[in-house]
Amino acid sequence: MTSAALRSRAWKLLEMVTTPLLPSDYLDLVSPLRAGADLRGRIEAVHPETGSAATIVIRPGRGWRGHTAGQYVRIGVDVDGVRLWRAYSVTSPTNRQDGRVTITVKAIPDGKVSNHLVRRAKPGTLIQLDQATGDFVLPQAKPAKVLYLTAGSGITPVMGMLRDIEFDDVVMVHCAPQPQDVIFRNELHDLVADKKLRLTEVHTDTDGMLDIARLDELVPDWAERETWACGPAGLLDAAEEHWTEHGVRERLHTERFRPSIVVAGDGGEVTFSTTGKTVDADGATPLLDVGEEAGVLMPSGCRMGICFGCVTPLKAGAVRDLRTGEITEAEPGVLIQTCVSAAAGPCDIER
Amino acid sequence: MTAIDPTAHLTAEQIEELGRELDAIRDEVIADRGEKDAAYIRKVISAQRKLELVSRGVLLFSIFPPAWLIGTAGLSVAKIMDNMEIGHNILHGQWDWMRDPKIHSTTWEWDHVSPADQWKHSHNELHHTYTNVIGKDNDLGYGIMRVDEDQRWHPFHLGQPLWNFINACFFEYGIAAYDLELGKNLHKRRRKNPEFRARARAVGRKIRKQVLKDYVIHPLLSGPSFLTTLAATFTANLVRNIWTHSVIMCGHFPEGVQVFERRSIKGETRGQWYLRQMMGSANISGSKAMHFMTGNLSHQIEHHLFPDLPSNRYAEVAVKVRALFEKYELEYVTGPLPKQVFSAWHKVFRLSLPNKKPKVNTPDREQELVAA
Repeated sequence: MTSAALRSRAWKLLEMVTTPLLPSDYLDLVSPLRAGADLRGRIEAVHPETGSAATIVIRPGRGWRGHTAGQYVRIGVDVDGVRLWRAYSVTSPTNRQDGRVTITVKAIPDGKVSNHLVRRAKPGTLIQLDQATGDFVLPQAKPAKVLYLTAGSGITPVMGMLRDIEFDDVVMVHCAPQPQDVIFRNELHDLVADKKLRLTEVHTDTDGMLDIARLDELVPDWAERETWACGPAGLLDAAEEHWTEHGVRERLHTERFRPSIVVAGDGGEVTFSTTGKTVDADGATPLLDVGEEAGVLMPSGCRMGICFGCVTPLKAGAVRDLRTGEITEAEPGVLIQTCVSAAAGPCDIER
Repeated sequence: MTAIDPTAHLTAEQIEELGRELDAIRDEVIADRGEKDAAYIRKVISAQRKLELVSRGVLLFSIFPPAWLIGTAGLSVAKIMDNMEIGHNILHGQWDWMRDPKIHSTTWEWDHVSPADQWKHSHNELHHTYTNVIGKDNDLGYGIMRVDEDQRWHPFHLGQPLWNFINACFFEYGIAAYDLELGKNLHKRRRKNPEFRARARAVGRKIRKQVLKDYVIHPLLSGPSFLTTLAATFTANLVRNIWTHSVIMCGHFPEGVQVFERRSIKGETRGQWYLRQMMGSANISGSKAMHFMTGNLSHQIEHHLFPDLPSNRYAEVAVKVRALFEKYELEYVTGPLPKQVFSAWHKVFRLSLPNKKPKVNTPDREQELVAA
């Protein structure tokens, strides 16, 4: 018997020993970061960057496959006991000696996860991790000239790039409301002092928003540069238009952070994505009834919110709990009780 | 269905007001639910797993009597924790709000021969929705006992103390059979129903795994302690079964608990539903340890009002619920475990014998009772 077959036999036997749990349920108690475990990480330190941003040092589990500069990672953090998932750019270089990775998080107003990470996260906390992903990365072949165009927390993936690979000719234009809001400001200025970077800071509180046409003056050779841009949608839209107009669109690489903006309303268009049905629903009819009326086979039970026999994934949009009025927004892994939830705006139910 | 309706003094408005007050209690807990609660269930799960590991470890040497005693006691407690405070409550969706896929009503499986999803249907859906409604809630007598004076007596009921005792010893099998509605489905025609057969196969698989683990694999791993480990796991299962059966009997069987007719729940309002839960359940009083070991089902009344609130909050909720019982002049049935167990068993014995014909009896009700 091959060793792989032997190991699989041994594992089967172990499963018989631990049934109905799995061996991993016990192993997780002692070694949650081991190879073969669900990917997790442990927060080892939290370093403040600005008044509202912090860098989180994470020791990833053994299953971590590393990242490419510019990629992001989804993390699952328990905030007030509820697991919430968000994506953050990796800001550490790929060759960090101690194998740790960092993300840098800016606390956004009312942001549950970002405020938790920046202000309350404690070293030692376990978090859930996905493998790094994203195609906002540097090419194999080194470009001769590089431009990084960033705003706000859009600097985070670019910082991962800056720390990872040195280029001969790098220019950065970065926008932030005020000097003290510039994340990594000291490090950027060190790079400037070492002549590794030319930097223009645009302080939007005093200078106003960056007019993309000003690039001609700030970076005269911008059109010759391979450009990576990350920031709010307005900036990226303007950049894409500008680069297209000048016929150099292929030199521009953009990354959009997609904060899920859900406007919770009263009723809306409900999509049952598995069956491909779409119907209008009011804000008072349980989604279970809406689905059944549309001819969708819905799991059901007590029909009063007590048996949890109807829970179904909410893929997009928002729903309102008809008992408490509480709004639940779609996030990966979110399940809702369709018998006591109504559409709060357009939503997508996996059925 | 006692001759005197203990809720007769309440007006319809009062019942709805009671419902609103209970909703407010629920909302308060939900608004306050958070990190501490999550930490609590994680801690309990972790403690249960460690206790089970250590106990099974000790049982490897169960050929030595002290090891047998310690291991058996530990394993019994671990199995009780798994079924009661952890399994029962997670399967109720009490911890779904954490969005942790590992501690979720849709993924949890317990150390029990009834597969979690089947139990959820019969328990969460049938029992909790139709609590104590004769003919709808199979928990009432589990289909083998007469639990109310108004039910028609049959010579079969003479044996019900014995049936109940056997059911207590093999309770998990009783539950599995009951989830399958075995009595009803054993008729030839129903036996062939593919849906029933699929469910029966699932139970078969679960039983095989559980039996293999407890009575083959772990004894074999113990080598020379094979027989003593086997005896230990058998004992632990027996202890767990008798314990859970006793706790559950205390929930709806003691004297003073009401049962309801099927007709009475037609068009039931939220307030009336709450009221039925209040009158159809009974508590066990006792220490924190007692509440914990019953999976907080000692707060059966609170659990039936709010089956999806985290169990660790029932104790604080109970204070407010009890105040409502007083305010609305209703009887809050509670007592220490021995008293409640005695009361429930007393009823089992009493109703094994025929009683005088109930005073009020409409033909239509007679039919219902036969159906039950």
